[in-house]
Amino acid sequence: MTIMTYRQALHDTLRAEMLRDDSVFLMGEEIGVFEGSYKITAGLLKEFGEKRVRDTPIAEEGFAGAAIGAAMLGLRPVVEMMTINFSMLALDQIINHAAKIYGMFGGQASVPLVIRTPGGGGQQLGATHSQNIELFYAFVPGMKVVAPSNPADAKALLLAAIRDNDPVLFLENLALYNTKGEVPDDDIPAEIGRAAITRPGRDLTLIGYSRMAHVAAEVAASLAESDGLDIEVVDLRSLRPLDRETIVSSVKKTHAAVVLEDDWLTYGIGAEVAASISDGAFDYLDAPVRRVAMAEVPLPYSKPLETAALPSRDDVIAAIRQTLAAVGHRAAQPLAAQAIGVLQP
Amino acid sequence: MASQPRQRRSAPQAPPAESGAAENAAAGDQDGQLRKFYRDMVLVRRFEERAARAYTEALVGGYCHLNLGEEAAVVGLMAALRPTDYLFTNYREHGYAIMRGIDANLVMAELYGRVDGVSKGWGGSMHMFDVTHRLLGGYGIVGGQLPLAAGAALAIDYRGGDEVVMCTLGDGTAAIGAFHESLNIAALWNLPIVFVIINNGLGMGTTVVKSSAEPELYKRGAAYRMESARVDGFDPIATRDAAAKAVEAARGGKPYLLEVVTERLRGHSVVDPAKYRSAEEVERLAHEDPIQLFGAKLTANGALDPDMIAAIEEEVAGIVAAAADFAASSPHPEVATLFDYTYATPVPNDSRRLPGEPLFEPLPLPGVNA
Repeated sequence: MTIMTYRQALHDTLRAEMLRDDSVFLMGEEIGVFEGSYKITAGLLKEFGEKRVRDTPIAEEGFAGAAIGAAMLGLRPVVEMMTINFSMLALDQIINHAAKIYGMFGGQASVPLVIRTPGGGGQQLGATHSQNIELFYAFVPGMKVVAPSNPADAKALLLAAIRDNDPVLFLENLALYNTKGEVPDDDIPAEIGRAAITRPGRDLTLIGYSRMAHVAAEVAASLAESDGLDIEVVDLRSLRPLDRETIVSSVKKTHAAVVLEDDWLTYGIGAEVAASISDGAFDYLDAPVRRVAMAEVPLPYSKPLETAALPSRDDVIAAIRQTLAAVGHRAAQPLAAQAIGVLQP
Repeated sequence: MASQPRQRRSAPQAPPAESGAAENAAAGDQDGQLRKFYRDMVLVRRFEERAARAYTEALVGGYCHLNLGEEAAVVGLMAALRPTDYLFTNYREHGYAIMRGIDANLVMAELYGRVDGVSKGWGGSMHMFDVTHRLLGGYGIVGGQLPLAAGAALAIDYRGGDEVVMCTLGDGTAAIGAFHESLNIAALWNLPIVFVIINNGLGMGTTVVKSSAEPELYKRGAAYRMESARVDGFDPIATRDAAAKAVEAARGGKPYLLEVVTERLRGHSVVDPAKYRSAEEVERLAHEDPIQLFGAKLTANGALDPDMIAAIEEEVAGIVAAAADFAASSPHPEVATLFDYTYATPVPNDSRRLPGEPLFEPLPLPGVNA
């Protein structure tokens, strides 16, 4: 184990995979000479040269498509989209081509492609630079979408994504790059399509991914200390395929769920998770599934407005307390009393 | 409403070196080679006519775009490629598939949506694909194939191979962003690729002059410092020679833009009656047919005679009839294979649910004995 940042885990994994396999190469805007907008690729141009660390023109559709075409011939391109917002310029290539080529041609060509890209708001970047549109990709069969929340998963899921023969959208998050954690020194990829129970518990299931899985873990730890609550945290890790079994079996045990997401609530990832719980654990629920999600506005620049629009720890804690109050949970009695004025006037 | 008949833009406007080279090469062609071109053009023509018939008989579904009028372009272009070169094309690609060497039976079976189709019935008319013959796709999204083709050329360059990618596109595609991005990338990185604009004068019903501010489309190559030329797509020999020159440049790491001027003799797709065409244009097209023109030229040269033409028609009719029979007798894919091609690397929790099925088995009702 080594303690390192999420950023370092990504950098080291890219480097290790390039050393391991000559067919792995990097493409993207400003990843070489500039060393990446978020410095994930720092030093790699110097080490591997222009052939394998390729600065592209500002042409998302063009270079995403070129990566797909190169992947069809068996290379393993890892594309950096500077932010997920810019990936919309490449939607046609990603959704109409990368996700379709294996099926549409009867399995004759696969697309072993990784698109790394950070989402996330909270940096006062305004409406067009703060979105979480991973849903667009998670909606589409043929895509795989993973969203690591910690440095260990950043490494293990990136290993898995690079070695996978399908197009993988690898979601990073601006707010996670500097977070630290233990990273195994081994070379073992994670399994795409599996969620992780990062904290076992019995009182309520708290579900999140990417930054919100990180927030979930912090809130669960904090409420265990302050209120003695035993919250189970499910980190989705994979948005497509979605590991419904893990979600549903957790809720069958805890009988209550709160779903966290950094995107808009309506039609969001949380809606799919909540519907899955309804399908698989309806008879086990003691309270409605609660979703904590972004306010439905284009994210403003103004700091107070931006802060109000994004889900906070306090929002998560309030949602947990209200859900447990609705359950009539033993451990939540004092909290239920606090909430009664709101819930049962 | 366009009232002026469109003039087919052809060889006289092409750079002079082009037509001269074509004539010299044509003079060097043996009669057998010329007859082969003629026969291949007839094969594409009759195949497409048979496909149109099958469409009207509801044996072919979806959209169905034909190469009618583009036979000389198809045959000439494909003759310039080595078997190891790659082709990316659009949704008007039946003729290209056959001229890449794919069995007409398998092309027709794909139109019928059967398991023996080149794409196993998953692609249909617009999405033919064959790794063996290096047809890396018909693509249904206008412009979608251009970035992919540039990427294939990048992979060749990355590995130090000597193959070339040819990427064909329609005249309307020259207006889309992917065209600009792909040509720019190909030129920046010296990729081994030839972009070929098949200019049949019409998008669906929109003329080139109404969709492109520079209607001489090959001139767009200048924006990327890419060598480019225009050739008469009614002349298979000139087309082959122009394509051979382009392919040779690309093999040397110089991407190339070739514009092939041709005609679309029918509507955009089988179901389009092309009512936007003026009576004058319809009349002109009735007398302008690349197969008749090339046949007449070969007959005048003595390379072809009526008996030979009859023999070619008979041979081709046999191939096309056999293809239709083969397609009709090929089975539909089994529904059990529906989930076979979502992912190349199997993944847990991949959904295999049919529309009416629940996500989870319903629980037994409480208090009810099984």
